[in-house]
Amino acid sequence: MPWPWPDRIVDAVAIGTSAGGIEALSVLFPSLPGTLRPPVFVVLHLTPAKPSLLVEIFGRKCRRPVREAEDKSPVEPGVVYFAPPDYHMLIDDGPVLSLAADEAVNFSRPSIDVLFESAADVYGAGLLGIILTGASHDGAAGLAAVQAAGGLTVVQDSAEAYASAMTDAAVRRSAVDRVMTLKQIADVLRGL
Amino acid sequence: MSDRTFDIELQLLIDAIYHRYHYDFREYATASIKRRARAALSRLGCPTLSQLQERLLREPALFSQLLNILTVPVSDLFRDPSYFLTIRRTVVPLLRTYPSLKVWVAGCSTGEEVYSLAILLREERLLERTLIYATDINPDSLQKAEAGVYPVDRLPSFTENHRRSGARASLSEYYRAAYGLAVFDKSLRRQIVFSDHSLATDNVFAEVQFVSCRNVLIYFNRLLQDRAVGLFSESLCRKGFLGIGAKESLRFSSHGRAFREVAPGERLFQKQDVA
Repeated sequence: MPWPWPDRIVDAVAIGTSAGGIEALSVLFPSLPGTLRPPVFVVLHLTPAKPSLLVEIFGRKCRRPVREAEDKSPVEPGVVYFAPPDYHMLIDDGPVLSLAADEAVNFSRPSIDVLFESAADVYGAGLLGIILTGASHDGAAGLAAVQAAGGLTVVQDSAEAYASAMTDAAVRRSAVDRVMTLKQIADVLRGL
Repeated sequence: MSDRTFDIELQLLIDAIYHRYHYDFREYATASIKRRARAALSRLGCPTLSQLQERLLREPALFSQLLNILTVPVSDLFRDPSYFLTIRRTVVPLLRTYPSLKVWVAGCSTGEEVYSLAILLREERLLERTLIYATDINPDSLQKAEAGVYPVDRLPSFTENHRRSGARASLSEYYRAAYGLAVFDKSLRRQIVFSDHSLATDNVFAEVQFVSCRNVLIYFNRLLQDRAVGLFSESLCRKGFLGIGAKESLRFSSHGRAFREVAPGERLFQKQDVA
């Protein structure tokens, strides 16, 4: 598949997912190229998550470094950052990573909306926002913010999503740029 | 969302707050303060930050409301039980060697952290010789902290956290529940001084053996984090202890080198002798 946006450069990628997310990310991460430049920020809702486990699981499936976000550490190119459990992950001017212990948003901490809104503020049109399988409505407002800031928006096809509440809500809220299968999204990531 | 006008208005609002009310949010982490400013617009019914600013300059009562939106950290009793377990195992044995103790809970919000430490010190038989300074910038939060009253629906998680912190008694020994509220024991409060203090503008006020400041630094930018850690370092006695949040770090502070981590993985540090 050719790169779908020939005139666009992606400076950063934000991914949000919940139920079925580990499996979906396991499909996507091996396609991230070793030469990846944009950082990738991930919020995965996972109630009893052990942070080290996520990094461990995905570190092995990925050619690029996978880390849990640390407060105020500078965003490095080509690094995959997971939000730590029980904290919101935000992108701050710099860009640096910033954490927050504010109340849950959409019953979630970390919340996809919080990540996407702050990343849209910092990266504007350079942000690619991706919503994958999930059983909540978190992420819909965030993806709308990405779009409002001129960024690119991709949602996994609900027909193949393990849980479709999240992808449905995102598509209902915004006229997203592309609805794609995981395989197609993997192709997009390969082109980064 | 990446609205330049909003960014300009936010800068102006923060300056206005500083000049009119002497609260300094200028070095707070931008992304969080933006989120809260957006929340303030909808909750206070203002279409723009400029209009909010105009009202704010003339209505002090509105500022109290805004302050409650700008400073809303939520905490639990014994949040991250392993932190408290490490205090019991690693810090308490050294604290025992002092005839009298001073502890500073910086950014105490509505008091959960303060009562956690007071209960821990009572269980370790140290509370009666300890004075705890509990400070925050928000007077409403301080008032709630001083009252020590929490809704009973929070008790199950409080109790479970307390149990996992190495508890030596049942949490129910420290509160009385009635009418849906749990009131924490007055005898805990006798050892606590609640006071207004800003890590952004105020200075050190006492020499202490232990500072606990968790999930406060994440709301600051690096410059303000550095100022705060500098205050802690200055306030701590030789070989005093500093505890910060599970995801916070001293790596980006110029004072970080003055501290040594005392338990791998837990963010508990001991002040080093300067080389």
